[in-house]
Amino acid sequence: MDFTLDTVYPPAEDSELLLEVALREVREDDEVLEVGVGSGFVAEKIKEKCQFLLATDINPFACKMAREKGIDVVRTDLVKGIRKKFTLILFNPPYLELDEIERKGDWLEKAIDGGKGGIEVICRFLDLVRDVLDERGRIILIVSSFNVPHVFEKIEKRGFRWKIVAKRYLFFEELYALKIESL
Amino acid sequence: MRKKLLDILACPICKGDLKLEVFDENEEEVISGKLICTKCGTEYPIEEGIPNMLPPDLR
Repeated sequence: MDFTLDTVYPPAEDSELLLEVALREVREDDEVLEVGVGSGFVAEKIKEKCQFLLATDINPFACKMAREKGIDVVRTDLVKGIRKKFTLILFNPPYLELDEIERKGDWLEKAIDGGKGGIEVICRFLDLVRDVLDERGRIILIVSSFNVPHVFEKIEKRGFRWKIVAKRYLFFEELYALKIESL
Repeated sequence: MRKKLLDILACPICKGDLKLEVFDENEEEVISGKLICTKCGTEYPIEEGIPNMLPPDLR
């Protein structure tokens, strides 16, 4: 097996920010969907605090790691093939824009490469998410200072409101946890 | 994959209902098998307990 393929995004500052906000946000009666579960770092701790948690990832190695942590996991693209409405959706998306020269085509890259402006995957997610979001559901989405302000327009254009509920300062960027709800 | 997940999965291509075919299972979950769309016929494998809902050309 090609070792470059055998890669799962390791928990980093963005994962910690998502976990911190998710722990604050989650309620006992929530049915939670974590999109792009990665190693399962967030889902593992949230699943004990809600009624039901389902996770997805496109990376088979991530799916395997998450399953080993006892998480119900489905391998899919974002939320495709899921037909339940969730009250809380968590997503730490790929939000960087990689240069051509940085592209290697491995799974780790897929976990960080958000396409043009770092927001292509986020926009695809926003287009699909209504299929799986309860009317009064909340989304917690991590974005970077690289993505703003464009990402805010994209969110509003799709009929959602957003607010920044937590921030984390890194050396070269700022991370934001957004809480997104239907208008 | 726990069997109760069957109710919340649908064909990612046509959103049709899925039928479960089990090859191997234990008390808790399906270890291997496949999900077959009752509408368009596309099959989605379940391997090592994980349903793969990617369309065939993306697997």
